[in-house]
Amino acid sequence: MERLASDDNDEKIAAIAALVAEGDPKAADVLKQAAEGEIEIDGKKVEIVVNNRVRGRIAEALSVLKLLSSEKGERLSAAKALAGGADAAFLPLVKKSLESETDPGIKSLLEMTAASMQMKSEDRTTRLAATRMLGESADPSARALLTEAASDPDAEIRAEAQRSLSGVQSRLVWGEWLGLAFAGVSLGSILLLAALGLAITYGLMGVINMAHGELIMIGAYTTYVVQNFFRGSSLFDWYLLAAIPAAFLVSAAVGMLLERSVIRWLYGRPLETLLATWGISLVLIQAVRTVFGAQNVQVENPAFMSGGIQVLSNVVLPWSRVMIILFAALVLIGMWLLLTRTRLGLYIRGVTQNRDMAACVGVPTGRIDTWAFGLGSGIAGLAGCALSQLGNVGPDLGQAYIVDSFLVVVFGGVGQLAGTVYAALTLGFANKLLESWSGAVLAKIALLVFIIVFIQRRPQGLFALKGRAVEA
Amino acid sequence: MKRRSFVRVLALAASVAAIGTSSTTFAQQKTVKIGVLHSLSGTMAISETVLKDTVLMAIDEINAAGGVMGAKIEPVVVDPASNWPLFAEKARQLLTQDKVAVVFGCWTSVSRKSVLPVFEELNGLLFYPVQYEGEEISKNVFYTGAAPNQQAIPAVEYLMSKDGGAAKRWVLLGTDYVYPRTTNKILRAFLKSKGVADSDIMEEYTPFGHSDYQTIIAKIKKFSSEGKKTAVVSTINGDSNVPFYKELGNQGLKATDVPVVAFSVGEEELRGVDTKPLVGHLAAWNYFMSIKAPANDAWTKKWATYAKTKNIAGHKEKPLTNDPMEATYIGMYMWKQAVEKAKSFDVDKVRVAMAGQTFTAPSGITSTMDAKNHHLHKAVFIGEVKADGQFNVVWKTKGPVKAQPWSPFIPGNDKKKDEPALMADKKG
Repeated sequence: MERLASDDNDEKIAAIAALVAEGDPKAADVLKQAAEGEIEIDGKKVEIVVNNRVRGRIAEALSVLKLLSSEKGERLSAAKALAGGADAAFLPLVKKSLESETDPGIKSLLEMTAASMQMKSEDRTTRLAATRMLGESADPSARALLTEAASDPDAEIRAEAQRSLSGVQSRLVWGEWLGLAFAGVSLGSILLLAALGLAITYGLMGVINMAHGELIMIGAYTTYVVQNFFRGSSLFDWYLLAAIPAAFLVSAAVGMLLERSVIRWLYGRPLETLLATWGISLVLIQAVRTVFGAQNVQVENPAFMSGGIQVLSNVVLPWSRVMIILFAALVLIGMWLLLTRTRLGLYIRGVTQNRDMAACVGVPTGRIDTWAFGLGSGIAGLAGCALSQLGNVGPDLGQAYIVDSFLVVVFGGVGQLAGTVYAALTLGFANKLLESWSGAVLAKIALLVFIIVFIQRRPQGLFALKGRAVEA
Repeated sequence: MKRRSFVRVLALAASVAAIGTSSTTFAQQKTVKIGVLHSLSGTMAISETVLKDTVLMAIDEINAAGGVMGAKIEPVVVDPASNWPLFAEKARQLLTQDKVAVVFGCWTSVSRKSVLPVFEELNGLLFYPVQYEGEEISKNVFYTGAAPNQQAIPAVEYLMSKDGGAAKRWVLLGTDYVYPRTTNKILRAFLKSKGVADSDIMEEYTPFGHSDYQTIIAKIKKFSSEGKKTAVVSTINGDSNVPFYKELGNQGLKATDVPVVAFSVGEEELRGVDTKPLVGHLAAWNYFMSIKAPANDAWTKKWATYAKTKNIAGHKEKPLTNDPMEATYIGMYMWKQAVEKAKSFDVDKVRVAMAGQTFTAPSGITSTMDAKNHHLHKAVFIGEVKADGQFNVVWKTKGPVKAQPWSPFIPGNDKKKDEPALMADKKG
């Protein structure tokens, strides 16, 4: 115990090993206290400095102690935590629990652990067996150990390590591709959310709305305000459920107000619309700055959105991103239903395809414009609500997404919802693929160059409207 | 003449009116203007806003104690909005229109580089409070933050040591601009001198304001599984750090496996990030809020009361202090001492008087301004993130370290002089 409080980290680590080896039932409690930075010696509280090295050993020690537990679930989680191997001092205990283990799943995990720990063994045959054993592993740490073993002085071990290494690598490579694919879908879903609203206001209505990014920003700030309402209450984790409709309504209201007061007078004059909405975007940014301050505001993730789900040994999918992908899909389905299955959707499609004819058959075109613009703005608000969970929320938030949103809509083909979906996913994948090759800075440049070339070759985008409906 | 004195009276009247009627010293009270040049909006606002408030707190304190040589300090606060050319414009405005005696400002090296020609041309005085890459000594700047040998090199040495995890492979990750690029150049040369092969170093850069760190973290994971113990050195600046650390936590990259040491992340940047999954990741600074020293207790308490009375967003509920705030505070007081020693606000006289100034910093260590090279002698601390967002100091130098702005790990620097070139030298 006294040695744990020593200033020397080697002493501390020796003390941890000793505590575990003794099999003292109180060892786990002492170690837990030590991890917090304070232990009790003879009734006196002593502070100890725990750095990464000591903390790592403590975590291993706690897992090793858990291996002796009678509960299967606890043993399994401990074995998983030890998958990457542990300090050689714990080897006897791991071996002991290996002998008494009955569950085949835990047993195979522990065999890997034991093999990882024996890689540094002095004995040649032990090392060789361990190297062979690790060839079955799919854990990234096995690759690290095997790479080291590949330069072992013994030729037989070297050859065995090479063989095992290629086995491990082929298993890991799946995880890497899966991770990349997930990153692409995740970015795609974010681009889709940001661009979906624009697909209505710009794609269907033809309004070049430079304030679209600011409508996203307003959605994010609404989420922030709603979050503050819930702060301190036991329902805090569920504030998003209230924030989603609030963000939609606030952004939609702002959008409809814009349409009624400014944009309505500028239909058919794209240049003036562009200038006016750009001016509005600056006004909105400054308004938010005045109300909330220039600094970013903190939007906290609810507890259920922190952390991730481990799919493969080297792939963790963060919950926040999984949720946003689902959310984007729901918004997409909702919008599709609205446009194809409701009267409002019918009117919107009618007005955008042939305004005069729609007016002739009694559709109130002016009011439909307002509703459609409100819908597009509301979806921008939803995007803001989702983005607040991933990035920073500040007055400039929208500026970062306005270019991307226009890219997606133009790339997908103006006036085409399906095009927007394909374009968002394509750009998401392409961006992540390029990023993994060339780094974030070059990837961004390469993508912009690609889009310039693409638009020159095919100005109508991926999907063009066919037939007489196309306006000149 | 007459018009000027009239303007002065007018300005005085205005300032008195602004202060309120509580002032009883209506009689000729002298004032001196000080410029505050920190981004209050844009990507750097997360870090810089609080430095503006630190300057204002120090000014309040000094004014309450009678000012500098009997003159009250009057701050002129401008917002360069994380926009580098705007920094130069605002600096020019401060020096020519407002005629400030000294400017406290800048965080990123690119902003400092853009104001540097202005300060040299107009012979202004800038106090720069942030750790940086070195490779610069200007006679018009005093650097109160750390040079590479006072932060980056000790941090890497620590990670190489047994206690730091004996890292053998390195990821150098940064925002794409001059500070990370230069620091990583120095670190690469340093690592090579320690026998690290090029294939064991991975360098990655992201643009300012980057917010999607999925692929970068995936790359780090892959790189770390390809060989021996890996450590990450992060020179990411500004609000990108929030998504970076969120992703790091969500993807479960633990400090015991791959430690991340950051040079631009302190208590303030981690506010609002869930630090529980980040426990054990490191930062290297010359000050941490958690340092146990009576001077620090007094200082943090002072800041807490100030933040409460001034209603500073965030800090009024959860007051935090950090290294650049401390460096700003030291700079302010050293400037005051130098002015009093020189008995003048004149830049050339103050510059001479700055040499060898000492000040007991909130970290409890007495910092000395080097007699020649315009940098402070500072102690180095390495801290690990705790679950509450504070840092646990796991390593520190025995005493203050002299700054080496010309890093010996960049070829050609051995010939450079450890002091600013004066005009006469330049002509010759």
